[in-house]
Parts: sequence; structure tokens; C-alpha cells
Amino acid sequence: MSRLTSAAAIALAAIAWTAQAAERFPGVGRAATRAELRAWDIDVRPDFQGLPPGSGSVADGQKIWDGKCASCHGTFGESNEVFTPLVGGTTAEDIRTGRVKSLADPTVARTTFMKLSTLSTLWDYVRRAMPWNAPKSLSVDEVYAVVAYLLNLADIVPADFVLSNANMAEVQAKLPNRNGMTRAHGLWDVRGKPDVANVACMKDCPVQARVASSLPEQARGSAGNLADQNRAVGPVRGEGKPSAREAAPASMAEQARAAGCLACHAVDHRIVGPSLRDVAARYKGDASAEAKLVAKVRQGGSGVWGDVPMPPHPTLDDALARALVGWILGGAL
Amino acid sequence: MGSRLQRAPESFLDPQQIAAVQGGRREFLRGAFAAAVAATAATPAARAEPAGDSAILELPEHSRSLGQPVAARPYGMPSKYEHNIQRRQSPGLTRVAEASVSFAPLQGLFGIVTPNGLHFERHHQGWWDIDPSRHRLMVMGLVREAKVYTMDDLMRLPAVSRMHFIECGANTGMEWGNVAVPTVQYTHGMLSCCEFTGVPLATLLDDCGFDRAKGRFVLAEGADGSSMTRTISIERALDDAIVAWAMNGEMLRPENGYPLRLVVPGVQGVSWVKWLRRLKVGDQPFGTKDETVHYVDLMPDGMLRQYTSIQECKSVITSPSGGQQLLDRGYYNVTGVAWSGRGRVKRVDVSFDGGRNWRTARLENPVLTKCLTRFNIDWTWDGGPAILQSRAIDETGYVQPKINQLRAVRGTRSIYHNNAIQSWKVADTGEVSNVQAY
Repeated sequence: MSRLTSAAAIALAAIAWTAQAAERFPGVGRAATRAELRAWDIDVRPDFQGLPPGSGSVADGQKIWDGKCASCHGTFGESNEVFTPLVGGTTAEDIRTGRVKSLADPTVARTTFMKLSTLSTLWDYVRRAMPWNAPKSLSVDEVYAVVAYLLNLADIVPADFVLSNANMAEVQAKLPNRNGMTRAHGLWDVRGKPDVANVACMKDCPVQARVASSLPEQARGSAGNLADQNRAVGPVRGEGKPSAREAAPASMAEQARAAGCLACHAVDHRIVGPSLRDVAARYKGDASAEAKLVAKVRQGGSGVWGDVPMPPHPTLDDALARALVGWILGGAL
Repeated sequence: MGSRLQRAPESFLDPQQIAAVQGGRREFLRGAFAAAVAATAATPAARAEPAGDSAILELPEHSRSLGQPVAARPYGMPSKYEHNIQRRQSPGLTRVAEASVSFAPLQGLFGIVTPNGLHFERHHQGWWDIDPSRHRLMVMGLVREAKVYTMDDLMRLPAVSRMHFIECGANTGMEWGNVAVPTVQYTHGMLSCCEFTGVPLATLLDDCGFDRAKGRFVLAEGADGSSMTRTISIERALDDAIVAWAMNGEMLRPENGYPLRLVVPGVQGVSWVKWLRRLKVGDQPFGTKDETVHYVDLMPDGMLRQYTSIQECKSVITSPSGGQQLLDRGYYNVTGVAWSGRGRVKRVDVSFDGGRNWRTARLENPVLTKCLTRFNIDWTWDGGPAILQSRAIDETGYVQPKINQLRAVRGTRSIYHNNAIQSWKVADTGEVSNVQAY
């Protein structure tokens, strides 16, 4: 029995596979093993279902933070450089009420802790997705420590705090925005009731007689040259003047086409004349081939490949003729 | 009149010449082409004949020589003349390109199908091209038997192919407060529409024997670094959600979740988890990062709406649209797309005077549920200023709202679910710009 088969047999025995008598899709899919479930079942729910046992201190969190997190989020989670700030905008009063007052203030930019209503979310996300360039690299205790440090930065727990699976629920009860979410809206259910209503007026409908908003002058051009973002045919053009595009240097195949070679010669099969690969094969190893073929191209000839003559190409530029012959002898790649 | 025309088609008549044709005068031809006629005409009789368009008179190379063989490009690409039609980032919108958006060029698209290479992108921690032979889907939680499926397994199952739109919840999110971006690519380009092929999610849940009494929610999780997770309701899961491996007849593109993604018709794109690796049935919603810290809609009183999912009825005129320039006065086929996360589009009305008067547009077939619907309407531009708007109505009778109606309820800071009527102003120069008018 192969190693693979025996491993599978053990796994099957361990989880007591029970084939269904009336299985609809026999042979499709298999039972997950316990180890597989443990490896992937990483989500933590708001009621902390899925939260693994462990703990981490604010002090340990700070060490991990300085090494792995601060470069993006700032030493105090306040940075607005790479990502929006994590910490700020919450007060002791918010911790008491569970509603972040500054969310109603249009002048205050939203931070993570202003919005966060469930502690499980932060824990779950740090474990599954952080650090940014090495997700899932933190141990369970390290995740507790990083979350503890963030909670301390947000003035929710003291500096000597140790966060653990045993006290997550206590901390949840202090989250500044724990009461700040609502599901009372019509956008969850496909048959939900819309909160905004318009009417399909068709004639002489009431409208304001002015344009309420238009693109600010300083924003014009911010999205680049619009002439380059619209098709160059059709009923409209993009605003402005199309940018000059740098023409890509023509490939040898394109130059051969432009010179008329490919009207009679294909790369890999005979048309009127021999294929270019056949020409390359015939002259392989012949040191004088280039000079012979350049002369043939310019003067024309017949007899080598049959009776159909190759017409002369007296106007073909000499350098181009040599380049084309070189390309052909190299296999016309 | 000549000044009306901003750019004549290349190598053809200039504005004065077109004006002359439109004015019923033909003598310009003799003048305009006098040099060419003089150069080629040998007789006085020929001198009296007008010449014409060089695109007709001078046979092009493609009519005079041999073209390219079959399979010269084993995977075909668009014409080199179509290089302007690309997906693009909106400058300044995000700071990290791995957690960002590229917008579909709606201004250049036709019909309702988004070409796979132009489908909008939204990634949370970068995209991957995952080896399908190593990809697995696990279905677990409140099920009789947690199961693992390979791609081989999934692609043996009874498949469906259905056309649906996908729209990011934040589409048009930059325009809540005021006009912010110039073109329909940036206002509405987090929108695409494909035919998706895959196995109904209900089939997989049944295959694992999910708990019909307690199972109320399904968590979907991706295999990327972010392991993006979203909660969907069991009603959506059992209704029309698909575990899909194909779009528009080929396998998913890596940027769109190759080899496996969730399709949740009518629901915002963030729930269509890409690189799908796990589905978990539960009795409570999961409160993930992208439904607690992001994708929550801020109301004026500071309350956040959580689990907003459905994309309500919406439409937009794609041509003419912002940042474009009409070529001239006269006839235009005004065209756009409409869609609803609650079902079929029933009707689209178009206004040319900023919403005062409306006419009903033609809907092109097919008109499918939770799918883009193309509309067209005739318009003759008289050269005067105009404001173009479209207003969609879905089969529930819901009428697409105006931005001021949305703001009256939701304020200007909710980011998500802006389905307002879009206004495009046409200036007397033929320049089209993004405005808000209501």
C-alpha cells in the first residue's frame, strides 16, 4: 500500500466516513480531516466562537508592533501615510456609552477604533491578514499581544494589561463603538424596503434651475489625458489632444511584410516561393549564403526552388536587404 | 457652424468642408482637392470631376497585399487601434496598489458583456495566479459532513451558466458630496457583467447536508493573503449564488479569482469572494473586517449601517458621457446601462434638460434579472446646452433616486451604495462634463 493510500485510509477511519446510501454525486468530494479543519477553520465570530486559547501583554505587543507593524501604521497606530489611521477620535465618554460621538462630526476622519463594534473582528483580521506582507505569520499569543497593544493605544486597557481568551468579553464591553452599528435598513434582504423613494415624473417635473456641482477646475486633468482614454472613432472623442505614442520599432517580420517578401514566402510553409525556414535549412553552414541571397533578392532569379522566378527588388535598401537575409538565415524567428 | 466640430475624422474633410456639405454647397470639393486633381488629371474633362476621400481613392495596403495567417496570435488581442480602452486606477484614490481598484472603461464598451480583460479589479492584499490542481474548497460548519472538493470534483458537478452584473458597493462613492471625477470610467467603472459558469452554492450545501433549521448565514473565505471573508444570508446562498470557475466562456481571470470565486447576484462585489477556499455555515453573522470596519455605511447621526448588501436599481449613460466631446450637431444614439440587485430592469427614462422632461428609452434584449440591461434612445443635438440623465425603474417599481433624495436620508459620508441619477452636461462647444443637477 502506498504511503498516500495508507494515509488516506487512516484519515478515513479516523473520521468515520459514512457513505450516504442515496448519495447524489458519488465519487465527488471527500470528507475533510480533523487536521484540515483545524488548519483552515480560523474565523472568530463576535460571540468569540472560534477564538483559540492564549494570551499576550501590551508590552509584548509593543515589541511586535515596533518590528512588524509600525512601518505602515505608525508607532502609535496614528499614521495616515500608508493606511488610514487605526487609533484616534474616541473618548472616555464613548467607552461609557458605546457610541463614538465624533462619527457624527463631518470634520473628523474615521479611524478603525471609531468604527470597530466587535473585538472579534480585530483579532480575526490581525490573525488572518497581518502583517501586510506576511499574513498568518503571527502566533496566537502574538495576535493577542498585538491586539492588546492596540487596545492600550486606544485608551481602552491599561499599559500592564494582558489580553486573553478569558477576558476578551470584558474588553468587548468597553469598545467605544460597540453600540454604533445598526441592521435596521433594507439593504440586507433582496425584498428589503428601500429607504429612499423617487417618482417617475415624465413632464414639467420640478427641478432646480442650476447645476449644483461640477468638476472643480483644479481637478481637471487629475485623471490624465482623457483623449487617450476614449476611442479614436465613433460619435465622440475624449476631451483634449491625443498624446503622441511612441511607435514600437517594427519587428523583422513586419519589415519583411512591408518589403513585400511575405506576399510570396511564408515563414513555415510554401506559398509561391519556398518557406523562409526551408531557405534557412538549405543554406545552413554556408558562409557565402548571405552575399548570395542579398544578390538574389536584389536581382531576382529562378531555378533553385523550381521554375517560378523570384522578381528583382532593385529599390530595396541594401542595409535592409542584408538585415532581412540575416533574419531569414537565422530561422525567421 | 465650422467651429462646432472639434475634430474631423482623420484624413477626411475638415470642418469648413463639412460645413459646406451641410450647407448644400458642393463647389468646395473642387477647391479642396484642386491640387490633387491638377496632379492626376490630364484632360480638361477630368478637371471638372471632384476627387474625393483618399481612403477610397487610394487603395490601402490591406487591399493590395497578403494578410496574416491563422493563429498568428494563438490568444487573440484587441486591435492596436483600441489601446485607449483599458482599465485604469483613479489617481489619488488609494495609496497601496495591492489594496486598490481599477475601473472598467464603460465609455468604450458596448452591449452588456464586459470583456474579461477589462473587468474591473478590486483586491484587498494583491492578486495571485493560483495553480488549480492545488486549489481546494472546504465546506464546513453546520453541516452533516464537512467536505473538501478539488477543482476536478467541482467541475464534475451539474453546472449553470448565468449572466449577472457585479458592482462594488463603493461604486460612485466619490460623488456623495460633490462631483469629484471626470468620466464614467471613474464614476461608475467598478461595474462589470459576465456570463458566469459554476455549480449553484445550494448544490454544495445540500451535498454536505447543511443544517436547514439552524443554518442562517454562510461565511465565504478567500485563499489570498487577506483571506477575505464575508457573510451572506442563507436566503442568498440558496437562491441564486454560484461557486463559479468560468466567466464569459473561459476560466476566471486571475485578477477575478482564478480558479474559483463566489457569485452572489445582486449583492455588492465584496461578497463575491475570489480565490474561494472555504464556506462555513453558521447561525450568526460573522462580523468580519469588511463588514465591521469597511463596507459599513455612515449615517448623519453617526450610526453605521452594517451588512448593507443589495445593490439597488441604478443606471448611467455611457455615451456621450463626461470627458467626451461631441463631433458635431445632429443625430446621436444616446446609450447606457441599467441594473438592479432586486431583479429585472423594467424601464429606463432619459432626460435631456436636466430632469424636467423625460422620454422612455429602448431596452435591448436580453433583459435579465440582476444583469446589466443596455438602453438606447435617439437624440438630435441642436447645438445648445443640455443636461443628460437616465433614470431606471426595476420590476419592484423602485425608481432610481436623485442625489439630493439620497443625501436627505443618508447624508454625504456613507461612501457605499450611491445609486443616484447621473447628470452629464453638454456645453454649446460639444464638451460633455460631469455635473450634479436635480
